[in-house]
Amino acid sequence: MITAGDSLPPLSLRVRRADLVRYAGASLDFNPIHWNDRVAGEVGLPGVIAHGMYTMAIAGRLVTDWLGDPGRLVEYSARFIRPVIVPDDDEGALVELTGTVRDVREDGTARVDITAKFAGKTVLGKAIAIVRV
Amino acid sequence: MPLDPSYVGHGYPRSEIFQVGREKIREFADAIGDPQPMYRDVDAAKAAGHPDVIAPPTFVMVLFNQYALEAVVTDPGLGLDYDRMVHGDMSFQYTRPVQAGDQLAVSTFIDEIMSRAGNDFLILRADIDTADGERVVTARAQLVVRGA
Repeated sequence: MITAGDSLPPLSLRVRRADLVRYAGASLDFNPIHWNDRVAGEVGLPGVIAHGMYTMAIAGRLVTDWLGDPGRLVEYSARFIRPVIVPDDDEGALVELTGTVRDVREDGTARVDITAKFAGKTVLGKAIAIVRV
Repeated sequence: MPLDPSYVGHGYPRSEIFQVGREKIREFADAIGDPQPMYRDVDAAKAAGHPDVIAPPTFVMVLFNQYALEAVVTDPGLGLDYDRMVHGDMSFQYTRPVQAGDQLAVSTFIDEIMSRAGNDFLILRADIDTADGERVVTARAQLVVRGA
């Protein structure tokens, strides 16, 4: 039984440069700001940043792990408000994901609000999943 | 150069058919580090009532990047400067999950163009349908082109 106020099991994941290279290849997003420090610096970034969609993918996993069946996701949206800076080291960047059931609706769906943090700050804004419960 | 506002409502020709294969789904699931069995194991997916392995929700980006984004960045009339472009937001509305065996086509539209504080904003929509015309997912992105 899902009720408003329920917390999803939290998830903390490390993002490393190799993950971004692999994601670039799989998603066909080859923007060099996600793998090349020189280009990232030229456009004013402090370094290579994760694809917003990589962060959104792992934030989606928070919800689909909790759902059990990813096919119960009916809507998913997020704004990219801060970059996840991924250093060229073995540690990478730690992204911390939490979620709360905001409401359960008459039509058999529920809204989940997701928080994604990097270095203590929120990186996704209005990250919302609508799920069939 | 600002975006041409007459492009609001513009649609691009429907894409070729993208054949969704189990191996591409597995590659994407590996790339996002998600061990979910339904992305890899047909029996696990069938146990949940899916006809074949399903794709992670954001797998749709493979089609969005290859067809929708490609259509606008290669359109010289629109005037979108890819080097100054950042992804503002993304949303997906699913009729059902993408699954192996799907034959999908992407129809791309420009829903909105606006300027604010020297930046241009464009809402790009991709309607992703089966070859038979069944809607599977609608994806929308806000693209921000930062002013020089």
